[in-house]
Amino acid sequence: MLAADASLVGFARALRAAGVDASAERLHAFLRAVDVLGAEARADVYWAGRLTLCGGRDDLERYERVFAAWFGPGPEPRAAQRAAPRRQLRLVAREGAGAAPDTGGNAAPDAPPAAAAASPVEVLRHRDVAGLDPVQREQLHRLLAAFALRGAARRTARRRPARRGTVDAHRTVRELLRHGGEPIRPRRHARAERPRRVVLLVDVSGSMAPYADALLRFAHAAVRGARAEAFTVGTRLTRVTRELAHRDPEVAMAAVARAVPDWRGGTRLGELLREFLDRWGQRGMARGAVVVVLSDGWERGDPALLAAQMRRLHRLAHRVVWANPLKARPGYAPLAAGMAAALPSVDAFVEGHSLAALEQLAAVVRGAERA
Amino acid sequence: MDDPEQVRARLEETGYLVDDGLAVACFLVLRLGRPLLCEGDAGVGKTALASALAEALDAPLIRLQCHEGIDASQALYDWDFPRQLLHLRAAEAAGVRDVERLEGELYDRRFLIARPLLRALQTQPSVLLVDEIDRADDEFEAFLLELLSEFSVTIPELGTLRAEQPPVVVLTSNRTREVHDALKRRCLYHWFDHPDFARELAIVRRRLPEVSVRLAEQVTALVQALRGQELLKPPGVAETLDWARALDALGAGEVDAELAVATLGSVLKYREDAERARRMDFAAVLAARGG
Repeated sequence: MLAADASLVGFARALRAAGVDASAERLHAFLRAVDVLGAEARADVYWAGRLTLCGGRDDLERYERVFAAWFGPGPEPRAAQRAAPRRQLRLVAREGAGAAPDTGGNAAPDAPPAAAAASPVEVLRHRDVAGLDPVQREQLHRLLAAFALRGAARRTARRRPARRGTVDAHRTVRELLRHGGEPIRPRRHARAERPRRVVLLVDVSGSMAPYADALLRFAHAAVRGARAEAFTVGTRLTRVTRELAHRDPEVAMAAVARAVPDWRGGTRLGELLREFLDRWGQRGMARGAVVVVLSDGWERGDPALLAAQMRRLHRLAHRVVWANPLKARPGYAPLAAGMAAALPSVDAFVEGHSLAALEQLAAVVRGAERA
Repeated sequence: MDDPEQVRARLEETGYLVDDGLAVACFLVLRLGRPLLCEGDAGVGKTALASALAEALDAPLIRLQCHEGIDASQALYDWDFPRQLLHLRAAEAAGVRDVERLEGELYDRRFLIARPLLRALQTQPSVLLVDEIDRADDEFEAFLLELLSEFSVTIPELGTLRAEQPPVVVLTSNRTREVHDALKRRCLYHWFDHPDFARELAIVRRRLPEVSVRLAEQVTALVQALRGQELLKPPGVAETLDWARALDALGAGEVDAELAVATLGSVLKYREDAERARRMDFAAVLAARGG
């Protein structure tokens, strides 16, 4: 039995290496499950592990892979059931090994003329992120790390004690009892307010390359600070909320770099937006949320699809904000096909090229400033 | 129940069909006393599992529906203030002078309103269904985690109540939000997939014996074909049953493409989905089923 246990522990370790959170507590449950099942059969070990070691649908595909590698590809007794999760998991962008990301494509924008050196922070605030030298970049990173992005407030079902509002029967009665039934001033409560969820869709395609790093740091600050979700779009859709959750920006950026397979490729905004809405948005993530798209609107796919998906997003979300770093350029007009298609479904169209512009974006998201 | 096969047999007696994975899951839930976290699309039988388990174990099903802002007084227990007040008034009218006794009486069990979680601890055996945990707040999840690890509750006025035999716990989530890792770690995890044709047909036959075999086969084939389309909301087993029931109510012994399109409203609830489905070749699907 000892040798068998060692093999199971090794299996759990291999799973951990593959990115499944097979912690000690889960491992303990796994060993007990195998013990209870008296598992000699491969299928029993398979299910015992899948039930105890996995914690989400994203884990299942990794589990299948590691299980096959560790215990050898055996006969598949439940081929139909095994095949099913794979079909759905193919959508997991960062897992897939499908189409290679498009390269080339949109030309990188020229760097705008650099401003003359003056009062450092104030100048930095208004400088285009694309044209910073390493020292300024470092300073920008420090400033971005201190950022906060709160969604507009929304009333919740919960009530909190307040000075004004409806009478709080529970607290009033409790207070009455405390005073021996003597009349007292009625206690009141009012609906609590909570910030809405913020969803960030960051374009990491080639044309956005000069801004991607700064925008992801912005996303990092947002995810760290509040209920925000972050995705990268390019040729694939990748959810990076978990990668960005690390406290240290450098570690988080490295994690994102590992997770995102499509840096500097083309952009398929319409298709990816549809994937986002199908997998997450419609289920509730976009519902009543403030959705921020950080992109230049260069669309390689069909603008009609993008327009349709933007309309769908607009129906679900509380507000749709589009931040386009190119908007700050003199003489800019939203002529890119994707941008023109998306604009009718956008509540606020803002810049996103500098720290000051990002501050303004945060104000718009908070609902303080209607752009 | 000594092995997964027996668990499966018992659940099938109640009319709930399970596959190998779910049978092992239910067996482990009963054996290890761990909660089962069920995830999957809507309408695949997550909630139905809890009622089937309750029936199989001959235990009452206690259900806690989560919503935003749910807190301990709605989920665990609350004191019945109006009755306590009434009690005080009655005591005053009767001229009771023994203040200490009166105070003791105020926090008596009879003034305690047991909400689902406390009721599950007090009822043995019982099946506790925590439905749509993803709708509750993080704070409530932390609170639930504490309860599920100890299976005991401390009420300051009464002391600690402990479940001698912990309830069987089933949690469901529709994944509108990621459930916290600490809570997940305490649970067994099962992902519910849409069933394959044979299993779904068996479910329809079992749940709706009045529907003709031919109609059941056709409806199942159509729903399976619909799931292959890129729909916003793929139909679950619940929708298959609804559709079969609707067609049966129309007196249809079998279904043709025209009737299928006319009754699509019982399966697809989004206009975009219905439009896409209308462009599908229902006749071909039905013909492939030995038309």
